[in-house]
Amino acid sequence: MKWEERSEVRPVFNESGLEIKPVYSPEDVEESGGWNSIGSPGEFPFTRGIHKEMYRKRPWTMRQYAGFGKPEETNERFRYLIANGQTGLNVAFDLPTQSGLDSDDPAAQGEVGRVGMAVDTLKDFEIAFDGIDLDKITVSLTINGAAVTLIAMYFAMAKKRGYDISKLRGTAQNDILKEFVGRGTWVFPVEPSIKLVGDTILYCAENAPLYSPVSVCGYHIRESGANPIQEMAYAFCIAKAYIDHVLERGMEIDEFASRLSFNFDIHGNIFEQVAKFRAGRRLWAKILKTDYGTQNPKSMWLRMIAGGGGGGLTIEQPENNIIRTAYYALVSALSGTQTMALCCYDEAYTIPSEKAARVALRTMQILVEEMGLCDTVDPLAGSYYIETLTNQMEEKIRALMKEVDAQGGIVKAIAEGHIQNTVSKQAFENLRKLQSGETRKVGVNCYRIEEEQQAVEFHRFKEEDCAEQIARLNKARSERDSARVGNALATVLDEAKAGRNVMPAIINAVEAYATVGEITQCLVDVYGRYEEPVRF
Amino acid sequence: MSREKRVRVLVAKPGLDGHDVGAKAVARTLMDAGFEVVYTGLKKSPEEIVLRAREEKVDVLGLSILSGSHIPICQQIKNLLDKHEVPPLLWIVGGNIPLQDHDELRRIGVDGVFAVGSSLQEIIDFINERIS
Repeated sequence: MKWEERSEVRPVFNESGLEIKPVYSPEDVEESGGWNSIGSPGEFPFTRGIHKEMYRKRPWTMRQYAGFGKPEETNERFRYLIANGQTGLNVAFDLPTQSGLDSDDPAAQGEVGRVGMAVDTLKDFEIAFDGIDLDKITVSLTINGAAVTLIAMYFAMAKKRGYDISKLRGTAQNDILKEFVGRGTWVFPVEPSIKLVGDTILYCAENAPLYSPVSVCGYHIRESGANPIQEMAYAFCIAKAYIDHVLERGMEIDEFASRLSFNFDIHGNIFEQVAKFRAGRRLWAKILKTDYGTQNPKSMWLRMIAGGGGGGLTIEQPENNIIRTAYYALVSALSGTQTMALCCYDEAYTIPSEKAARVALRTMQILVEEMGLCDTVDPLAGSYYIETLTNQMEEKIRALMKEVDAQGGIVKAIAEGHIQNTVSKQAFENLRKLQSGETRKVGVNCYRIEEEQQAVEFHRFKEEDCAEQIARLNKARSERDSARVGNALATVLDEAKAGRNVMPAIINAVEAYATVGEITQCLVDVYGRYEEPVRF
Repeated sequence: MSREKRVRVLVAKPGLDGHDVGAKAVARTLMDAGFEVVYTGLKKSPEEIVLRAREEKVDVLGLSILSGSHIPICQQIKNLLDKHEVPPLLWIVGGNIPLQDHDELRRIGVDGVFAVGSSLQEIIDFINERIS
């Protein structure tokens, strides 16, 4: 199947359902909402970016997702990325850690160190971050179901190394609501899961005010089948659910809102993505100002990591993914992101090789150093097309948020499986269109190479890592003060039962070398485990 | 396709992997193609899956695995199928399965491997060819 010249101009719609015109003019901007709310960078409503000078002062943070095997191997990869110019870390944990299980749990069999780094006790964090200056490199923890424990472990590790928690920067993903929609590393039922996110926000606001305890992810919702409008609308609804929860617990909006951050996905139509971010930034600022009455501009900022693009990459002709991610990085930079991460070209197959990780990093560095992306802020502003799309998408995101609220709110919609149902139906429809050729994908349904060779270097999974990790876990268990651990775990249980903030007790427990599995089990004893409504 | 009894398929997600877009798409496709489909939901242990397959008397067992742990999981499933004396069924596996692992999975006892990128029609055709 190849490109054919078209004898007539057919209607074109973007993924958000907006009809795209062949030519845009100033009238289109007027009709879609006008020019008035564009504003200036660094000023409300922040359409053009949250900072006045943006990348003139500092390019975006480069934060590739990395981690596998034992903490030693992950530490080695971290050092490799930093040596190659990476400016932030983004830690991948294995599935047992993400699920709050120890490496020797029967359910962990075959999964230890597989998709990320194995962590059982504080000892593993000490090894993973050995020699890395936490003042110079900010660390993002991609952890959700077990986030309370892993954030506690990060703080305990930093404290032990002499850092002042009140000045520590960094981020945890810790967006449990989206895990119920996509990605699936939930542990506890929906309501207590929100309570635990609240615990981390409250704890950080009081003790680690520069740390971002939550990164609300439209990313995985989009990867699960959502269109760009749903990606933004559901993420904003989820962020509002966390805000409302924390407000109910007595905190003022400006005591924590400025530390909320977001994680968004880039693949698909270039202009639609740029407009999505500009529209999202403006809408979020308006929501914070109007609905929550904040006066602090920082509380209105849509701070984000944007990139990835896994859903746009293909298993076929993997080298093409280098080209795709370069465009995603361009979009991310044109959209004014704070942090960027790109999926590696081999990531549909394997844990990225050093080479693939370096290529992704170089892709970003080329944009910074060679392409003039840092010279001027929001360079696409004023384009009739971009401004029209920005106006239209803001309206659509807002309308969908209203719809979710009218149906009882996002928490109910997720608990009952409605959002999951909507996005999974759409994922199926997207797949059908891909397989029928209705949606064109280079190398997949057009320009195919039959009998393709797999041109990637496979990550060697080391079976012996698991046994070594379990041996270290057993050693940590035998060397620790078991009475202290017992008391610490009993306190976690008591605090959870009493409905108090569990963070201080969990920090105390990890400092005593209690394991991820032991702490999670205390919480499961109180909150139970999530039962997934099976819908498709 | 005219049969008195419709082909029953269990689509299962073993292990801790939470990615279910593919499993749900396969489940939906097979339902549309006239099969009776039972989907387990996420994070089922090999034991739960094998017992469910026996209880539901399925003709086809389909596993979706994207974490890379397909070989240890399939080995466990094979042992449990034998242990619980589950009657012979057509066993297919999909997900992030590199080419070099396909033979190993077949050696364990998997009948068909449908890695990411396979067409949904291929899966339907495979089941129809093998179960007639």
